Amino acid sequence: MAESRVAAPADSGRRRGLTAYVLMAPAVIVLGLFFVIPFYSLVAASLYDPGGSDKAGWDVTYHFANYWEAIKLYKGQLLRSLLYGGAATLICLVLGYVLAYAIAFKSGRWKSLLLVLVIVPFFTSFLVRTLSWQLILADDGWVVDALQFVHILGQDDKLLATDFAVIMGLAYNFLPFMVLPLFASIDKIDPRLIEASSDLYSNPITGFFKVTWPLSLPGVVSGTLLTFIPATGDYINAELLGNTETTVIGKVIQLQATNANHPHIAAALSMILMFLIVAMVLVYVRRVGTEELL
Amino acid sequence: MSSPAEAGSSYDGLRIRALNKSFASFHAVKELDLDVPRGSFFALLGPSGCGKTTTLRMVAGLEAPTSGTITLAGQDITDKKPYQRPVNTVFQNYALFPHLDIFENVAFGLRRRKVSGVEAKVKDMLELVELEAQARKKPAQLSGGQQQRVALARALINEPEVLLLDEPLGALDLKLRRAMQIEIKRIQTEVGLTFIHVTHDQEEAMTMADTVAVMNAGVIEQMGTPSELYENPASTFVANFLGQSNLIEGTVQSSGSDVVTVDMHGIGVTIPAHRAHTDGGKGWIGIRPEKVLIGAAGAELDAPGNTIPGGVVSDVSFFGVSTQYLVKMPWGQELMVFAQNTGRDPIFRTGESVELSWRPEYAFLLDHAQDVKAGAEEAS
Ligand SMILES: Nc1ncnc2c1ncn2[C@@H]1O[C@H](COP(=O)(O)OP(=O)(O)OP(=O)(O)O)[C@@H](O)[C@H]1O
Ligand SMILES: [Mg+2]
Repeated sequence: MAESRVAAPADSGRRRGLTAYVLMAPAVIVLGLFFVIPFYSLVAASLYDPGGSDKAGWDVTYHFANYWEAIKLYKGQLLRSLLYGGAATLICLVLGYVLAYAIAFKSGRWKSLLLVLVIVPFFTSFLVRTLSWQLILADDGWVVDALQFVHILGQDDKLLATDFAVIMGLAYNFLPFMVLPLFASIDKIDPRLIEASSDLYSNPITGFFKVTWPLSLPGVVSGTLLTFIPATGDYINAELLGNTETTVIGKVIQLQATNANHPHIAAALSMILMFLIVAMVLVYVRRVGTEELL
Repeated sequence: MSSPAEAGSSYDGLRIRALNKSFASFHAVKELDLDVPRGSFFALLGPSGCGKTTTLRMVAGLEAPTSGTITLAGQDITDKKPYQRPVNTVFQNYALFPHLDIFENVAFGLRRRKVSGVEAKVKDMLELVELEAQARKKPAQLSGGQQQRVALARALINEPEVLLLDEPLGALDLKLRRAMQIEIKRIQTEVGLTFIHVTHDQEEAMTMADTVAVMNAGVIEQMGTPSELYENPASTFVANFLGQSNLIEGTVQSSGSDVVTVDMHGIGVTIPAHRAHTDGGKGWIGIRPEKVLIGAAGAELDAPGNTIPGGVVSDVSFFGVSTQYLVKMPWGQELMVFAQNTGRDPIFRTGESVELSWRPEYAFLLDHAQDVKAGAEEAS
């Protein structure tokens, strides 16, 4: 390596550098236009003078108190969003792992078909699918009737407009985001490694925790992140399947930004949510130690 | 061989009786009987696809036999799970755990069995395979030969009753292969465990094993020490697969208790009775090329018994230590002759008339019903 670098003509290194810049340019321009600039205006908006209005205009006054104000008013909704997102992610992980494992190792020639079936829901709109859950879970729908009949639900209990419905809706909507990265990781595991572990005195359960699970961790990490982050910010499920007590932070942000004319609160809440998620992701990735993984 | 009733008796090695394995309609292993004595280095030799891996996997418990029994030290292990058997495998592709370092790979079996003193045992084992310095590396950071030794150490450390090696040297280049053959043999002698070594390299099997079983198309063709198999093959497959053989058609004329006399294209040749593996009628007379002596027509050859005149040299290849001749015989067949270059005899040229001869005790007689070319192409 070192020798070839020495032997190369002096300007070929420079040309290679130029090629790299040219190739990176589109990415830099797109990210600059569609990420850095909007992000800058979000940060700026979160520091607006709270006394401003649409008519008077808004000034960046470095009013950090916006953040305390936002937290004070909406910490309940923030916490609820994180709990909903966390619960949905956990459910997705359990369901998704079993599904991805079965597709990867046990489905034989049905593998591709099953994978397509996992993605099929994406062919219809997110909104329509969530609305149809409204029908399924409705108070006089067959699910509630059946559960009441077998006394799992009492006569006055219901499913729609509960925390349960919101979490299940989130889990349902984001399950494919969990299954696909998990499948990609599990499918790559050489089944001979599992045979080797059983040859080396692991029963199926120990073998799973000592070999399969650690080798699938990259998929677990990307799957949980891809599920947790959007599920925490989502408000459609809480809106359509919840009640007035299930308002989540996404809804608050939307209301504050559009109806209530409080862009500084909406922006501050967005920033807070982002900080929280980034912090949690960093801790999580550090704990799982993905950089150690192959 | 022994009757099935014996299975499960006091035999202390590995005993396989009437083992069968079918995949859908394909019969991969047929009525296999095998005794592997405790502490021996046993080689299972055969061409690709003959069922070696399938047999090993059934011994390891990774594949369920269709029928038959496997007993180990008198215990029936046929239906035991792989993790319940005192058997470990060195896999063909090594199958090292990529997420664990070398130390933890080797420690894996001990930790699962909750053995004490893991640290010291692993260190000793890494020393044995000369990998102490690599203990904290990941498998992907090692060379092929090093990975192979890790795979060996990982299996060996459990001191299994039987260690199964499935073509462990297949992925290595020739030089490393030779070095590892010596290494594995040394380790086996040192630890004294039973090794079953699967290979399709006949030289590897012959140099390493005490006992070789030659397998072909799901059945054991012949079993014995390397020299027994080479000197007295019982089938055309073994004769061709292990080294090279001249096989000449002949008709049995008389079979006594000591010798069998065979008419070979008008020439009477004799073969010791224990080397005749056919009952009568026609047969294949076999003779190894290096056992055939070549001389000028009419010369005195040191071979009382079988002298075959009328050959014409049709091809000469000079190898330095020896010369390989192809000699066209009066009946049209070309026989192969290896002559040591002792300097005593001249080197013949193409077209010269020669006569061949061999000592009767070197010849063998095979069943004419067998394919005369069996095993010749598969031989490596
Ligand atoms: N799971 C399976 N399903 C169907 N057929 C199989 C299966 N495993 C092995 N076979 C067949 O059984 C035969 C024996 O296979 P096996 O792997 O035991 O051969 P081998 O002697 O180990 O060959 P090689 O030297 O190439 O490794 C082959 O013809 C193979 O195609
Ligand atoms: Mg094989």
